[in-house]
Amino acid sequence: MAPALMLVQEAAPVAVGSGSNAFLEGLVAALGESLPLWALWLGAAVTGVAIVIGLISLIAMFSVWLERKVAGHIQCRYGPMYVGWHGWLQSIADGVKLLLKEDMIPRDADRLLFMLAPALVLSAIVAAMAAYPLAPGVFFADLDLGVFFVIAMSSMTTIGVVMAGWASNSKWTVFGAMREAAQVVAYEIPLGVALLVPVMVAGTLNLREASELQSDWYGMGWFMFKNPFMLPAFVLYFIAALAETKRAPFDLPEAESELVAGFMTEYSGIRWSFFFMEEYAAMFLMSALAAVFFLGGFESPLTWAAGEFFGRELFVAGVNGATELNLQAIPYHAVAGLTLLLKTFAGIFLMMWLRWTLPRVRVDQVMTMGYKYLTPLALVCALGAALWEAGKQALLG
Amino acid sequence: MANEVTKTMPPNTRLLRTDASEVTVDIRTPDLEINFGPQHPATHGVMRVLMRTDGELVTGAQPHLGYLHRCAEKIGENVEWLQYLPYTDRYDYLASMNNNLGYSLAVEALLGVEIPRRATLIRIICAELNRIGSHLVAFGTYGLDIGAFTPFLYCFREREWMMSLFEKICGARLTYSYIRIGGVFNDAPPGWFEEVARFCDVFERKWPEYVDLLLVNQIYVKRTANVGVISREMALDFGLSGTMLRGSGIDWDLRRDMPYMCYGEIWRDGAYKIPLAKGEMGALGDCWDRSWVRVMEMMESIRIVRWCLDHMVDGPVIGELPKSLKVPAGEAYVGIENPRGELGHYIVSDGGKVAVRTRVRGPSFSNLAVLEDILPGSLVGDAVAIIGSTDIVVGETDR
Repeated sequence: MAPALMLVQEAAPVAVGSGSNAFLEGLVAALGESLPLWALWLGAAVTGVAIVIGLISLIAMFSVWLERKVAGHIQCRYGPMYVGWHGWLQSIADGVKLLLKEDMIPRDADRLLFMLAPALVLSAIVAAMAAYPLAPGVFFADLDLGVFFVIAMSSMTTIGVVMAGWASNSKWTVFGAMREAAQVVAYEIPLGVALLVPVMVAGTLNLREASELQSDWYGMGWFMFKNPFMLPAFVLYFIAALAETKRAPFDLPEAESELVAGFMTEYSGIRWSFFFMEEYAAMFLMSALAAVFFLGGFESPLTWAAGEFFGRELFVAGVNGATELNLQAIPYHAVAGLTLLLKTFAGIFLMMWLRWTLPRVRVDQVMTMGYKYLTPLALVCALGAALWEAGKQALLG
Repeated sequence: MANEVTKTMPPNTRLLRTDASEVTVDIRTPDLEINFGPQHPATHGVMRVLMRTDGELVTGAQPHLGYLHRCAEKIGENVEWLQYLPYTDRYDYLASMNNNLGYSLAVEALLGVEIPRRATLIRIICAELNRIGSHLVAFGTYGLDIGAFTPFLYCFREREWMMSLFEKICGARLTYSYIRIGGVFNDAPPGWFEEVARFCDVFERKWPEYVDLLLVNQIYVKRTANVGVISREMALDFGLSGTMLRGSGIDWDLRRDMPYMCYGEIWRDGAYKIPLAKGEMGALGDCWDRSWVRVMEMMESIRIVRWCLDHMVDGPVIGELPKSLKVPAGEAYVGIENPRGELGHYIVSDGGKVAVRTRVRGPSFSNLAVLEDILPGSLVGDAVAIIGSTDIVVGETDR
């Protein structure tokens, strides 16, 4: 287990895309150095951001459709059925509708903050999304501080939410904003501490490396099975993630029956949809972290078999020492990426299932649960896992 | 020292301890006045509660009504007896059959007309089916207030069938005007009683779903137990009735205690019981008790419907009445057990075609009054739960 301090020191100059260098080198080789390097860098950066935003929109739209279908089938309905096959175009139709809506800003609202808040919320989640690894060799940013970065960025959205609640200049929105602030502060702690357990087992904060470490046991060497404290940590993490993403039964900041729509009461149209997208992107990220750090990330027996059969290295040293794209390994990366996506959506499905089943807890019960139960339990889990790992090292060397 | 502090304090602050050397100053911001409604998802219509809140804590509440006032009583004094019937549909639009029944019984009390047995039984079937539908809405929307969306749609699944049963018998789905003065509008279509029996069977199978999914759900219990407690004395003082009264443990049901139609006969047959809250999950008279009473009453209604189906007789469905109805002079008050409590009709006739006075005692109106006393001291989330548990229909509070 690498000492955490060393990790931090290593990661201090955050290497944005230490892995994408290989990709860039490949690109340079492909383009025959016809473009200056800065143009390539810029192009890569712009493309990256565009892809992340596109990805988030895609995930959000798919999740919204999925949510409505899941809700429908849980409630003895069909959900959307008319726009496209089983309503798969429904989200696009809704998006067009939201875009065409009148842009409304309440008269007494703080105009600047009101407009800034949804943008801040969305940009924070876009930034957090950059750490999501698409496949073992395909990612936007191979951050050594991956988990830390994601959690830091996704809690930035809270500032946007509080800003939105305050700027709307309505009593209900202030209620929602205050609830959000209190709830996120209460649940950030158990969330972080619960995540510390797999991080300790892995010895890394990097999402891709953590996933790689689980590739033993024919792709079933998930951290979940490597430490007895992982299962309780996973449950704690999942509960805290529900609260962090404002999902039922912890959807107090937007509690419909209590606060009309909480902090988004005054928002409409595309600005409102930014909050909506943020919610689904946050769900996706939280599930992705759970998948990577508890459920084996890319790894599954199928991924392992694909790796054995096709080879794992996407970039190999070519004849002249230049980096070359290894086309043979593409199926492995596709399988790995899909595996992670599947695990992530399994988590999202679980969140939806809970939302459409459970009633909402009360605000004092949320606080009690966060501070009195989840935080101490998470600390116990972290301590137990640390002792277990130390004992394992002492015994096995 | 204390004086210095007092001088520099803003006007709202209070001194908590002046005897100690160290003065603790409680800095309070003024309470937030907040309009809960009239456009709010949890007010069940256009009701407005002016709440004062200190953070999440409700420190004062005052229900305001009148947003849905349609002068129903005054209309009752201006139209003919039978013409008023459709207006009764509209007070408690979730239990229109019961409203029709209440008015019809009041007019019949003055008329002294004999109601055919078959009409009485059909009336009871309709009233009890409508009670089930009304309790389904009450329980489903209460789940919605607590934050559980799905049970609401499960409830509406059964209510849909109930409404289509009514559609078959009278053509309307919400405002029926089916129970008329003297009997019912027309006989049930062929196969209707069989379908009602089938509905009873299916409902009995579906009913445990509500209990398992919502009523005993741990979060639901935590949200509703010990919240909005109405003591026995308070329930009597405020003139509560129906489920609100039985939810506080007071054994009072007009169907048994002031029997009308053949409810007394059914009771003597032992076909139904009166569910009485026992305070299983918390204090007696909390929100959970009230919702428990509603859920239990649905099954009792099914039993009453079954009894009526078993004892159904052939014959006419409406008594002999003249085309132009003139009601003998006099006054009558008839209270019936509506899903929400005692619906009373007090009518005065001078022997003419039009009532001299029509007065309606809406149960929701009395039940609403208790809010002012039980809301303060609860959290905003609790306030929603309490308002939902009184199960008011604003159409009835305002009429």
